[in-house]
Amino acid sequence: MNLVGAINNALHIALDTDPTAILLGEDVGFGGVFRAAVDLQEKFGKSRVFNTPLCEQGIAGFAVGLASEGSTAIAEIQFADYIFPAFDQIVNEAAKYRFRSGGQFDCGKLTIRTPYGAVGHGGLYHSQSPEAYFTHTPGLRVIVPRSPYQAKGLLLSSIRCPDPVIFFEPKALYRASKELVPVSDYEISLFNADVVMEGSDITVIGYGAQLGVLEKACKKAREELNISTEIIDLRSLLPWDKETVCKSVMKTGRCVISHEAPLTSGFGAELAASIQKECFLSLEAPIERVCGYDTPFPLSHEKFYVPDYLKCFAAIRRCIQF
Amino acid sequence: GWSSLSMSRFAPLLRTSWRLARSCGRASRSFASSPDIAVHPNIGRFSSELDLQFISRFDEPFLTFRVMDENGNILDPSLEPDVSKEKCQRMYKTMVELNVTDSILYQAQRQGRLSFYMTNYGEEATHIGSAAALEDEDVVFGQYREAGVLLWRGYSMQEMCDQCVGNRDDSNKGRMMPVHYGSKRHNFHTISSPLATQLPQAAGAAYAMKLQGRQACVVCYFGDGAASEGDFHGALNFASTLDCPVIFFCRNNGYAISTPIREQYRGDGIAVRGVSYNIRTARCDGNDVWAVHKIMDEARKIAISQKVPVLIEAMTYRGGNHSTSDDASRYRGNDEVSSWKLSNNPLARMRMFMEKKNWWDDQQETALRESARTAIVQALDQAEKKMLPPVHELFTDVYAQVPASLKEQEETLLEHLKEFGSHYPTVN
Repeated sequence: MNLVGAINNALHIALDTDPTAILLGEDVGFGGVFRAAVDLQEKFGKSRVFNTPLCEQGIAGFAVGLASEGSTAIAEIQFADYIFPAFDQIVNEAAKYRFRSGGQFDCGKLTIRTPYGAVGHGGLYHSQSPEAYFTHTPGLRVIVPRSPYQAKGLLLSSIRCPDPVIFFEPKALYRASKELVPVSDYEISLFNADVVMEGSDITVIGYGAQLGVLEKACKKAREELNISTEIIDLRSLLPWDKETVCKSVMKTGRCVISHEAPLTSGFGAELAASIQKECFLSLEAPIERVCGYDTPFPLSHEKFYVPDYLKCFAAIRRCIQF
Repeated sequence: GWSSLSMSRFAPLLRTSWRLARSCGRASRSFASSPDIAVHPNIGRFSSELDLQFISRFDEPFLTFRVMDENGNILDPSLEPDVSKEKCQRMYKTMVELNVTDSILYQAQRQGRLSFYMTNYGEEATHIGSAAALEDEDVVFGQYREAGVLLWRGYSMQEMCDQCVGNRDDSNKGRMMPVHYGSKRHNFHTISSPLATQLPQAAGAAYAMKLQGRQACVVCYFGDGAASEGDFHGALNFASTLDCPVIFFCRNNGYAISTPIREQYRGDGIAVRGVSYNIRTARCDGNDVWAVHKIMDEARKIAISQKVPVLIEAMTYRGGNHSTSDDASRYRGNDEVSSWKLSNNPLARMRMFMEKKNWWDDQQETALRESARTAIVQALDQAEKKMLPPVHELFTDVYAQVPASLKEQEETLLEHLKEFGSHYPTVN
């Protein structure tokens, strides 16, 4: 199953197991522009799977309302780049709904799915990774899967979790990433980071599509420099699993963090600051961050812009040789 | 030609064309003959123009529905409100209680006892007239100037004061500014400050209720200023295309803080916009409690039986300052305010109506105002005596369960208070 197939499979299960579940967004009726919603309208009807007018703030607000009166709302924003019109509804409304009412009302049954990240030719508005805008918002959960198996389990957990979730799907992997995925109903915990590979020399941290890049960089480091890397997939960025991350860095003493989003105030900054505080006495080198540059995401220069495996490899080497 | 196309499929377009044509005064021409008809594979057909004209408004303005005049006389016997003496007295009583509550809590803010307050002066009839036409299972989303709806539903003065003070009995656990009421028990979603965000939410809530088979609707209140937000557009369009049983109730009181409607919009108020979304729309005199009551009663019937949205625009006047942080005399004349107070006051109008029926007299008025005053003063005193919510409530309800990261932060605060607690307000 590829990643978009796994998402589709999760949505079928979510709507099948929860009669209150509703899927809405732009063009989801015919199956979605990435085909994540294929066959859902035919199976569950137009009242549960439907197109909305083209208005992201409307989608988010409408979905908050659905969730606030007891429906499970799964909203799609067509590209993460277009989530900003919904920023107010997500940050001021969805995230604060429970807190501000003293727990009387909530929209925990809300999940917003959105494709994010570099895709080779997406330019400014089909490539962004806006996760850090949302990780600065108490009340939200921010989830990013790295593979089809992860995507299905994490999406089912997100839909059923009693907090509003922003679920970023790495669109570059929609078709590129394939693996065996159980057709059964299963969930993956939203609380735990995943130690993808154990190692002893350096901890490498990432999430989403960047995990594949990091695995390639670590392979090169292992083959050429005999470096044993421990790779951690955060999976949940908010709240994030500090315990797993810090335990690893205390063991290895070195750390490289990588994400596609720009460096300044990216989620890597939060990780680095926390690791520095918790692991100060264990650190043997400065924490390295390999990220997008502090520019808009370019079209022609995408290959130069992205934190590719060579940039990650170079950072691992710098960190080891420090 | 016409006959070759299905009339029913294009009926909405025909209506629109007819209305535009009528407004241009050229009805016969627009329907001239088949060569005038353009066809689009998806949009359908539309009648052609032979004379290019840009139009900005319909010839006929939106009329304002009224039931009684400024002296409390019913304008047409057929409009006599179908309301018992008891219900009428209860409606008036709630309007007066709201009015008295406002004056006491406004003064309390002036004395520094509350951090903030917003009065409802002049708009009491929009609250009570509309709320009295609803059932308890109808769900309300408000803006912030709809406290009368809660009072009508049985939210107590004590609950209001507890919320305004932010004490441990506040149902919001002291987290929100004053007047940001909310009560699950009364089906009234908690108020939030960002304007118009509740509009698309109300549409979504109504859709959920429709799917759940609930025989109830959502009522969503907002002001004329909030209607300029993008969420207004999203909400009305979503409610229309997704057939949501929601009543959008606009309180057009002439001002958004200092901004008069002339600087807010140039169209025919908010109502005309409803028609452009194909939403059933009506406008009423918001200072006429019976007009508001009737319009809401009809709107509720439409929303629930047809599962479609309705837009109501209630024309009223913001009698007080925008809030306790505002001095309205800096941007509007006192003449304007006093003319409204003296000649078109919703409370006075209803009282005159009741007096003509011998349902009310001066003695009852005095007794009511005194008891309301005593009740609100006592409630405020009580609220001020109560403790703040416990400090750990700072960390709860951010998520359904307190995450480890937040527990850690709570522990740092508790540790900090061990040493520096004497510098902070007393809590337990």
